[in-house]
Formats: sequence, structure tokens, C-alpha cells
Amino acid sequence: MASLTLFPKAGNKASAEKRTERIIKGGLMLCALLSVLVVLLITVMVFKEAWPAIKQQGLLNMITGTSWKPTAAKPRFGLLPMIAGSFAVTALALLIGVPVGLATAIYGAELATVRVAPLVGRMAGILAGIPSVVYGFFGLMVIVPAVRLLGGTGMGVLSAGVVLAMMILPTVISVSEAAIRAVPGEYREASLAMGATKWQTIWHVVIPAAKSGIMASVVLAIGRAVGETMAVILVAGNIPVIPKGLLSATRTLTVNIALEMGYVRPGSLHYSALFAAAAVLFAFIMLINLSVRMITRGGSR
Amino acid sequence: MAGETGSRSMVRAEGLNLYYDKLHALKDVDMEVPKNSVLSLIGPSGCGKSTFLRTINRMNDLIPGVRVQGKVEVDGSDIYDPSCDVIDLRRKVGMVFQKPNPFPMSVYDNVAYGPRVHGIKDRAELDSIVEKSLKDAALWDEIKDRLKKPALGISGGQQQRLCIARTLAVEPDVILMDEPTSALDPISTGKIEELIDELKKRYTIIIVTHNMQQAGRISDRTAFFLLGQVIEEGPTYDIFHRPADKRTEDYITGRFG
Repeated sequence: MASLTLFPKAGNKASAEKRTERIIKGGLMLCALLSVLVVLLITVMVFKEAWPAIKQQGLLNMITGTSWKPTAAKPRFGLLPMIAGSFAVTALALLIGVPVGLATAIYGAELATVRVAPLVGRMAGILAGIPSVVYGFFGLMVIVPAVRLLGGTGMGVLSAGVVLAMMILPTVISVSEAAIRAVPGEYREASLAMGATKWQTIWHVVIPAAKSGIMASVVLAIGRAVGETMAVILVAGNIPVIPKGLLSATRTLTVNIALEMGYVRPGSLHYSALFAAAAVLFAFIMLINLSVRMITRGGSR
Repeated sequence: MAGETGSRSMVRAEGLNLYYDKLHALKDVDMEVPKNSVLSLIGPSGCGKSTFLRTINRMNDLIPGVRVQGKVEVDGSDIYDPSCDVIDLRRKVGMVFQKPNPFPMSVYDNVAYGPRVHGIKDRAELDSIVEKSLKDAALWDEIKDRLKKPALGISGGQQQRLCIARTLAVEPDVILMDEPTSALDPISTGKIEELIDELKKRYTIIIVTHNMQQAGRISDRTAFFLLGQVIEEGPTYDIFHRPADKRTEDYITGRFG
């Protein structure tokens, strides 16, 4: 519209431009709608396929059931061992990965020299590009034997947690580093000019100012850890029991689906129960997203 | 003209040269700032006045490639001597910036920040420091009911006075101000100017300003910088009414700048 008044002589050309603008806008909107549609379709599909199992077993029974015996004469579809497994490996991954990743981000954004700083980001980029099966293989060859020294088979919560911690590092590093870099320089100047040390400035001013971005990095990391399948299959031991400690074998929700989807008969109760596991996973991710969004919104006020 | 005032001068620079890599930003600057006085630094953009200001609390240290030669003394001690502790220096020499830059935390926490990083934890002591600092910055009456509110929610003029209060809370001897009113409206500017007049009873103030009238109103002495050199320095009245140098006269009468 503005182009019309700016270039009154351009007449036809202007209206052609206007049409192009409309087409571009429409095309972009279509793409935006497409991703919304995909989310909706996946949600509907997962819950639709999960419904028979949930209806037959009862949602509460499934979530609190401790026994997963899908092929027994009297099949049982308790998901609690897998929920506990996903929770345990994710929590451990965060416990290790977030502090290390945050420390790396602080180093890269605040302390590293001009020459070293870009390397931090580049390393994170390379880590992010490694396929998850390679992480799993690395876990199998290096981490599992190391954990075995502590006792047991070496496959279990600890190994999976460590491998996942490595896998969430790039997410934590890159998102946190960007958040820390986005903190205005004036805050640092004001703090230093009052005689605060560099570390006091980082800890009391920069990190709190970057809090919502750092929280966002943690949410993304949770999503990555909860959803990871391939690497976990290789190192977790995959026994569907509630883990009793760091060294015991465990099976996560994603692993449960990946392991059994291959041989299950489509349309069977077992098949539907696997979708119920996916639905639970889905609900978890939604819940985490929502709660963290509320936390960060409260913090920025 | 200023002569050897000895212990009476709070800040003293002698043969000060500063380089940003190859750029010679300050050339043989000599300066004496008497205790409890206000010195204005004027001059066109890029003349070195802000750079000079930032040598006094060594904020230039943060810029890579800066080299300083010569001597700067604060309260009699050489601040570029290797034995000088920058942290101690910056407690003694506070700074207020061009753009109000309160931290994204509450009004109270902003003022308590300095004392806290310097180790004061006692709640009652912090309370009294915060109250006193806000009173000294002429902000207490406006803000005393909103101490827990975020500092970013108060007006720009209040934010700048909050930044002054935050600086006062560390109990400095010298306060550096880098165009503290250039982002403010005339009424807020007036309040800050009144405040400066009040503060000079207890502090030594050095202020960079682009506003000639402001320099005339608030300062005891004025220094005119051009291309990294101090062209002229003296009592404010003299600088504005009978400048000794032609370039000073051209600048203050608006012939360039």
C-alpha cells in the first residue's frame, strides 16, 4: 500500500508488486500452517492409536502398573518401569550435562579470549552434528566398560545418563551462550565500575539477566534427553523393571517403543499399548514445556 | 595557574598518554581536580574526554589494545602502579553512565548490590545503606514504597538517580559521570543537576557533558578537550567568558563541535 503513495507514477507495476507481496505472504502462511497441521496430526494419530489400550487397561493402571508383559498369556501393560527409566536417565543427564554445559557457555561468552571463544561454539556445533548411534557406540565401547568396573554389566542408568549428558551438551552450550552474550554490556560495566570482580559480575548480574535463556536451554535439553532412543538402546540394558540404583539396567519409554514396534501385530492391544507409551511421553514433554514457560515468564517480570 | 595544590587535589593526571592500538587518543594530559569540586569535561565527540574519564577508574582496562603512559593519581596514590588494586580503586571512584543502566532486579537490590559484593550481609545494615543512599540521591521520597519493584519499571530520570544512589552506596570519594543527563528530559536533567550541586559537598565530581549550559551551571572548573589534548582548563567562568585560546572560544560559541 505504501508503495502506491510513494511511487504514484508506477501504477501497474505497483499493483503487480502488491500481488507478489500477497502471494509471498500467503505462501509463508501456508508453510506456517503446515507445521501446525503436522503437530495436530501427530497428536491425533498417537492418541487415537493409544485409545484401545487405554480404554481396556485404564490410564491409571497403565501409568502405575509395574509389570510390562505384553506377550504373556495374560498380557500386562504397566508403564511405570519405563516412566521411571526415562525419568532416571534424563535427570542424571541434566545433573551432569547442565552444569558442565553452563560452565562451558560462561567460559565461551565471558572469559575466553577472542581467539579461543569461537572454538567453543564450533565444538558445540560438531558435537550436535554427531549422529546419535555414534554416541551410543561410543557409550558401548568406552562408558559401559568403565561403568562395569563399578560392578554389574555396565549397561544401565549410569551409562545412559552419561551418554545423554554428552548429547545435551551442545544444546545447553549454544542456547545458554547466546543468552549470556545477549546480556547488555552496560550491566557488566555498571557492576565492574562498582568494584565487583569479574566473577561476582558474572554470577550476580549476568547469569540472572540471562536466566530465561538458560532455562530455555534446559527445556530443550530435557526434550532431547527424554526423546533420545538409539544411543540409549545401546547402553541402557533395556530390562523393563524399575531401576534400583545407578548401576541397574533400565528401559526408557522411547526404547520400549523402538524395541517392540518391529515385531508387534498392527491393531493388537500390544501395538496400542506402545502408542500409549508414546502418548505418555508426549504428555510429559508438553508438561515440561508449559511449566518452564511459566517459570521463565514469572522470572522476567 | 592551578599550581602545586598538593594534598588538596583529589585526582591528578600528569603527562598522561593513551593509545588504542595505534590511535593516540590522549596526548600529554595534565589535570588537577581539587577535592569537593565539580570539573566539567567538554569538547566535540571523539576528543578524548570520555576516554580520560575512564582512565580515572581504569575502565579502559576492559578494552583490548589499550596502552597508558604517564601518571594518574587518586587521593595521592598512583593508580597505574602495578601494586594498585583495581577493585579498591573502583570502590573509591564510582561511575554513572550515559544511559541509565540499573540491573534487572529490584530497586533495593540495585542499591544493595555494591555493599553486598563488598561483603556486607547484615540485613539491618543493608537497609540503612539503601535508605541513606536513596535519600542522598534525592529519590527516597518518590520510591520508598516501591523498593521491591523492578528497577526497570521506574522512569528514566528515576533510573538515573537510582544509578547514582547505587554508586553512593559504595561510599566513593570521586564520582565520574559520563553525560549522565543526555538521555533524560529537561525536568529530570534539572533534578540531577541540583543533586550534583548537593553531592559536591562530600564528593569530588568529574562530569563529561555535551551541554555547554550544563557545564556552566554545575561546574567549578571546566576543561576543553580537542583531538586528545587539553586545550584549556580553568575556572568555569573564565573558560566561558574569557577563554585564552581561540579554539576554545570557537567551540563554546558554537562555531564548530
